[in-house]
Amino acid sequence: MFSYYLKLGWLSIRRNPLLSILMVTAIAVGIGASMTTITVNYIMGGNPIPQKSDELFKVQLDNWDPNDQSEGEYELPEQMTYLDAMALMRDRKAYRQVASNRSGLVLEPQGADELPFSVDTRNTWADFFPMFDLPFVYGSGWDDTADRNLERVVVLSKEINERVFGGEDSVGRSVRLNGMDFRVVGVLGEFQPVPKFYDVTNGAFNEAEEIYIPFNIAVEYEFSRNGNTSCWKPSDGDGFEAFLNSECIWIQFWAELRNAEEKQDYMAYLNAHVEQQKALGRFPRPLNNRLSDVMEWMKDREVVDEDAQVMLGLSLLFLVVCLLNTIGLLLAKFMGKSGDIGLRRALGASRSSLFIQHMIESGLIGLGGGILGLGLTWLGLAGIKMLFGDFVENLASLDWVMVLTAIGLAIFSALLAGLYPTWRACRIAPASQLKTQ
Amino acid sequence: MLSMQNISMVYRTDLVETHALREFSLEVKEGDFVSVTGPSGSGKTTFLNIAGLLEKFTDGRYELDGRDVSALSDTESSAVRNEKIGFIFQSFNLIPDLNLFDNVDVPLRYRGFKSAERKRRIEGVLDTVGLASRMKHLPSQLSGGQQQRVAIARALAGEPRFLLADEPTGNLDSQMAMSVMELIAEINRGGTTIIMVTHDPTLADMASRNVHIRDGRVSDIATDTQLAEVATG
Repeated sequence: MFSYYLKLGWLSIRRNPLLSILMVTAIAVGIGASMTTITVNYIMGGNPIPQKSDELFKVQLDNWDPNDQSEGEYELPEQMTYLDAMALMRDRKAYRQVASNRSGLVLEPQGADELPFSVDTRNTWADFFPMFDLPFVYGSGWDDTADRNLERVVVLSKEINERVFGGEDSVGRSVRLNGMDFRVVGVLGEFQPVPKFYDVTNGAFNEAEEIYIPFNIAVEYEFSRNGNTSCWKPSDGDGFEAFLNSECIWIQFWAELRNAEEKQDYMAYLNAHVEQQKALGRFPRPLNNRLSDVMEWMKDREVVDEDAQVMLGLSLLFLVVCLLNTIGLLLAKFMGKSGDIGLRRALGASRSSLFIQHMIESGLIGLGGGILGLGLTWLGLAGIKMLFGDFVENLASLDWVMVLTAIGLAIFSALLAGLYPTWRACRIAPASQLKTQ
Repeated sequence: MLSMQNISMVYRTDLVETHALREFSLEVKEGDFVSVTGPSGSGKTTFLNIAGLLEKFTDGRYELDGRDVSALSDTESSAVRNEKIGFIFQSFNLIPDLNLFDNVDVPLRYRGFKSAERKRRIEGVLDTVGLASRMKHLPSQLSGGQQQRVAIARALAGEPRFLLADEPTGNLDSQMAMSVMELIAEINRGGTTIIMVTHDPTLADMASRNVHIRDGRVSDIATDTQLAEVATG
């Protein structure tokens, strides 16, 4: 009977094209508005690394100013000092760990005609690549030896490899960065975690970096930092060495801990480290270390902006208004079919079968609204991109989950809107209709 | 086969009560062809609606095929209507955007027949009413007489025990009316019980039995005089 009801629904939609177009449009406008904001919220609040988000932990140590309190509470700093990050990297107590920061280098292409250009760089460690599951099209990340021996190695993004080497396998070739040659060890495939969880501090929705070099190299050659740096007290002296030994925080630190036991052990280790540093006169605040997995960290940093949530609420309200309009239109349509309904009742249709028939018709209208609404969503997202530019490039895109959500939401909304008109239609007394046809 | 005992039907509003049927009693035997006559507002259509389980009555007892149908649920009465009763209406009541095949298909769909069975029945009944060659036509492409034949085919497709006809020739000219009546009489000769409401004494005469209703009661088996009164008034 389902296909029969579908056919009847389609015939009914065709019978009143203007009314049907109005209903489809009402639903589509509501879906378009709500899906635009739902998509932005979904991407903002999505899990960027679902396969292991509960094994990756943002490490926070509270080395901050004891006089800096917000509402009577100490707020944990997001980043880490060089001193602590290096201590943690040296001890290697986690299954994997990585300290990294953002910087910018100048890449000099080998062709005589090509001009140097700046590249967004991540200074990091060997564990970064397996830990965050970076995909490689050529080669791989470097190994621990490269970190230890200050090897000048580099991993290129797909775009940079395309620009510099025309997309060829460039492993083993060299690129010139800030006047020094670096050997290419790997070329990434598509890599754009959204949100960019490993460095929310410098922009949760920024593009992934274009090249990756060893952290120790960046320190050794004092490459400039492009990311956020915060200090709560002045350095003891001038120069880069004094900066490294200061209480300034500028490094994002992550650890991979595969189970609760590893997490517990690592926390004990962090506490011991801080206690040791307290004995040396550091860490003036009470002991307060924290390990947050990826989704806890996203929530903690309020990656989903409050404004976006308000917009989501407003757009859902707008969808409700559109549905109220649809209810009125459906009521008019179904009441206009009272003759057909009375006849079908006389020919043996029960109220329940008529209910199903009309709910399927409502669902079909919802499907139409969903498809048109997807188009409007696409337009809405394109409008957001036009308004806000590259900043929201990674937020304003529809994936298949959102496409299915839009269709599903439209059908569900139409079914909801169809409940009352359908119920009314099924209450029509058949006898009153058969004489008046 | 159809037994109504002291059926009453009262339409109530806040201000007024209207007695459409009063202690209405009627027995119809299998294979009967009963014509129902009476002046306008006498309760003929109300009787037909109750007989066809389209309306619940206020009081009394109604048995169809030996089964008390007064307390059936909506689903049960729909099933009884679908299986045992066929309807023919004055205004044909065909669905305009379904072709003849699909119009006749409507009651069979609710019966749950398989596709092949439905096709066999539809082609059979359309052949019976002489419209097998036009099954892909829309109702608007047919004459009034042909549309009523399709409505009869639709009523017959489920092989009902009863055929309830409400002024089946009311919208037809006399030639087409006679042709449709001959078809209805032939269906009756095939064993189907027919109850037909009509104003036309000539058509009422074609039935094996006439029932006259006045003021919501069965007046009696209609006489020629009463039939003539109906015709004139």
